[in-house]
Amino acid sequence: MLIATLLIFGAALVGPVVHRLLGRFAAPVLALAPLAGFIYFLREAKRIFEGGSVFENWNWAPELGVMLGFRLDGLALLFALLVTGVGVLVVVYAGAYLKGHVHLGRFYSYLLGFMGSMLGLVLTDNVIALFVFWELTSITSYLLIGFDHQRKAARDSALQALLVTGIGGLALLAGLVLLGVLGMQASLDDPWSVSGLIEGLAGGAIDRDSGLVHGAVVLILLGALTKSAIFPFHFWLPGAMEAPTPVSAYLHSSTMVKAGIFLIARFQQGFSGMALWDTTLVVLGGITMVGTVFLASRQTYYKKLLAYSTTSSLGAMAMLLGLGANAAVGAMGYLFAHAMFKGALFLVAGNVDHGAHEKDTEKVGGLAGKMPLTFAAALLAAASMAGVAPMLGFAAKKLMKYGLHGSEWETILVVGVTAFSVMTAMVACMVGVLPFIGKLKGSAGEAHEVSPGLLFGPLVLAVLGVVAGVMPGWFAAPLIASAASSVAGAEKSVSIGLGSLMKADLSMALTVGAIVAGVVLFVVRALWRRATSPVEWLDVVGPARMYTRSVSGTLWLAWWQTRILQNGYLRHYVWTILGTTIALVGYGLYRSGIERIPLPIDQPFYFEIALVMFIMAGAIGASTIRTRLAVVSVLGIVGFAIAAVYVIFGAFDVAMTQFAIETLIVIILVLVVYHLPRFRSFSTPISRWMDVLLALGFGAMMTVLALLAADVTLSGPISDYFAENAAPVAYGRNVVNVILVDFRATDTFGEIVVLALAALGVMTLLRLRASNPNGGTEGDGGKGEGA
Amino acid sequence: MRSLIFRTSSVFLLPALLVFSVVVLFRGHNEPGGGFVGGLLAASAFSLYALAYSVEEARRLLPLSLTTILGLGLAIALLSGAPAMLMGDAWFTGVWPQGLPAFGEVKFGTVTLFDIGVYLVVLAVTLIMILSLAEDAE
Repeated sequence: MLIATLLIFGAALVGPVVHRLLGRFAAPVLALAPLAGFIYFLREAKRIFEGGSVFENWNWAPELGVMLGFRLDGLALLFALLVTGVGVLVVVYAGAYLKGHVHLGRFYSYLLGFMGSMLGLVLTDNVIALFVFWELTSITSYLLIGFDHQRKAARDSALQALLVTGIGGLALLAGLVLLGVLGMQASLDDPWSVSGLIEGLAGGAIDRDSGLVHGAVVLILLGALTKSAIFPFHFWLPGAMEAPTPVSAYLHSSTMVKAGIFLIARFQQGFSGMALWDTTLVVLGGITMVGTVFLASRQTYYKKLLAYSTTSSLGAMAMLLGLGANAAVGAMGYLFAHAMFKGALFLVAGNVDHGAHEKDTEKVGGLAGKMPLTFAAALLAAASMAGVAPMLGFAAKKLMKYGLHGSEWETILVVGVTAFSVMTAMVACMVGVLPFIGKLKGSAGEAHEVSPGLLFGPLVLAVLGVVAGVMPGWFAAPLIASAASSVAGAEKSVSIGLGSLMKADLSMALTVGAIVAGVVLFVVRALWRRATSPVEWLDVVGPARMYTRSVSGTLWLAWWQTRILQNGYLRHYVWTILGTTIALVGYGLYRSGIERIPLPIDQPFYFEIALVMFIMAGAIGASTIRTRLAVVSVLGIVGFAIAAVYVIFGAFDVAMTQFAIETLIVIILVLVVYHLPRFRSFSTPISRWMDVLLALGFGAMMTVLALLAADVTLSGPISDYFAENAAPVAYGRNVVNVILVDFRATDTFGEIVVLALAALGVMTLLRLRASNPNGGTEGDGGKGEGA
Repeated sequence: MRSLIFRTSSVFLLPALLVFSVVVLFRGHNEPGGGFVGGLLAASAFSLYALAYSVEEARRLLPLSLTTILGLGLAIALLSGAPAMLMGDAWFTGVWPQGLPAFGEVKFGTVTLFDIGVYLVVLAVTLIMILSLAEDAE
């Protein structure tokens, strides 16, 4: 499984090269990578259907006992087949859809990179790896939504999706780490394996009543709900439709948005039965299911229709998972059916855009004759979506309804699911029928059927939906059953044979009734839209609005604090830094409860006193003298006197460095002074007295710190170790140097990198000044103080 | 600052200071010194020359551009950690190959390479700052 994942990542790496070498044959070649994965998973399928699961363990950091585990069970198999199977179709489709695009090679990279991440996500058994793959899918999704990066709408939508899913991702990380810590406390064998944690939760090793588990539930749900665009986070998904259509079909309908559903399903055994988990899922899932399909029914743009109905389907799945083990079959069945019909419909939307150059379903009509094969795919997929027998969607809808049985919310849920079915049927008509029937309209006159590369994907997906419905035993039923079994943790059987579902009961009546009502709504859609127009005020207060506000609020906050803290005046910077230091250190000293500051008892030698006098004289001189060069010189006195202090205490290395630096500082100051204006008085007497106060405060703080530090004995200073080991281990007698270049070489390396960056910064800034002789920017400060 | 004495003496001081800086660099492992101080000394040698003549003259004396020296120094310091890792130790563990000629007490190991990297980085950083400022002043 690791190999399958790495193979796809490898294809992502070589994508642009393959594209350059092979041109239009690149897509089929690159599709071989997911195809190989698909075949591998198919070969494993038999074992999974029989109730087994495949484990794979790779050493990651064996010293720490960290293993990179992969696990293929029913749930992972369903997702892995969708990821690789739909992946093959989408890569082929993308090659035809974006033919001639300058960045097609890059697109392959992003798409396959996403595919590898998503595959890793569903297969991994390690919580940290799970998080990493999770974030990788968010990042690749960002790149794909913003693929058309020259349009602002694409960039904004990409950022919005990244921020929303990114915040959820951070919550997920916190939740997973919390679970891992709980697992360590419960001394599980491997507290960082997903399966181990779930077993611990389900088996009672981890106490589910504890507050920390509830915290983990909230955090993990936050991750899952943002990713799967469940209310109140549903708004990013319609925005994500800025992506090229293959991306919408693949990421934002078949796979990535289902990652949240996957996570919920994965942790179902661990958390199911906790009121917090179940209620949140049922309530938020239910609201999303009904609310967003209603929003969909008011749309006319092809992809927006599909996007809103996708969030609604995701809501339905979340709701079913919240109902517990009984509804697992319904959730998995609908997930499988949805991936196929919605994927197909998105690709159909791309074909209509390609063939008739129209994105609005109302503005085009009569395409059936012009694009017969696209129409066939659209019709089959829409029938499955509406729940028409014998499509898989029909069986899925029935399974959904069975899942509601026995729930305490059964009545209201049946009403909700029926409303959902009605409006879904209506949306299905709008996307699968409306553009194709009636008189030729809009740009339909010049429309043409699209190329085979564009037809392959939607036709395969649509036909599979029929095959799965007519011959469920072949692959659909065992796949759904084994997925549901691993979600519920108990053997689940699925009978979706048409015979067993075709019963004249209430559920059948509701199913048929919903389709009829949906078609009626479709016919009177103009009236429906007018009647429901009062909901438009939601735009003003809805979550999307909250998102915009919080983003602009954050930007405003950043702007405001930059104005205050970094306003371009050096003296303000110094004030901020020193003032903050005094406040923090002072508070720390105050809290530490030190009662007495130890005073040194040794009598100082006369030359020590002399040096201190030098330093003090230099400091006073620097703050009172009014000639610039003289100030530089007296500052030099301070520096050299400090170096002399080092010599007295035997720190020759430090003293040498200090001497060299003092010399260079004098040179630098002389060069800088050249640029500075003559000293002038700009400050008021009050501000000068404030400066004196600040300087005295800082000096006092440093004195107290130095006195305290001399008195503190930490446990076994490490300097002893360095002193003892420098010569025998590191072959050097100069301990300071051995520390710098050997014991702490990594620190030193970090420091020289910082130095190098600082030098490049100085160089760049001075060059900028040179090319802009007016001396610059607002933050320069030179202007304000200039003569 | 362009006095005759200053100019003449800087011509002699430059090579002397450079040799001295290299001595400081290599003796650093046992006696006070090391790459950091050595780099500073070499930088002051060039700065002196730049003040006496011109920035351009000083740059002409350098075999490579300062940014190249900077990158070279960083690369040497970073790669000096590689041998240890190839031998299965942590990056930057000192490796002291046997049988290399030693100058008196001065031995050679990857740590020496690291110190040479530090020397070059410090030299380049200091000179970049000083020479850019001085160029501006000219």
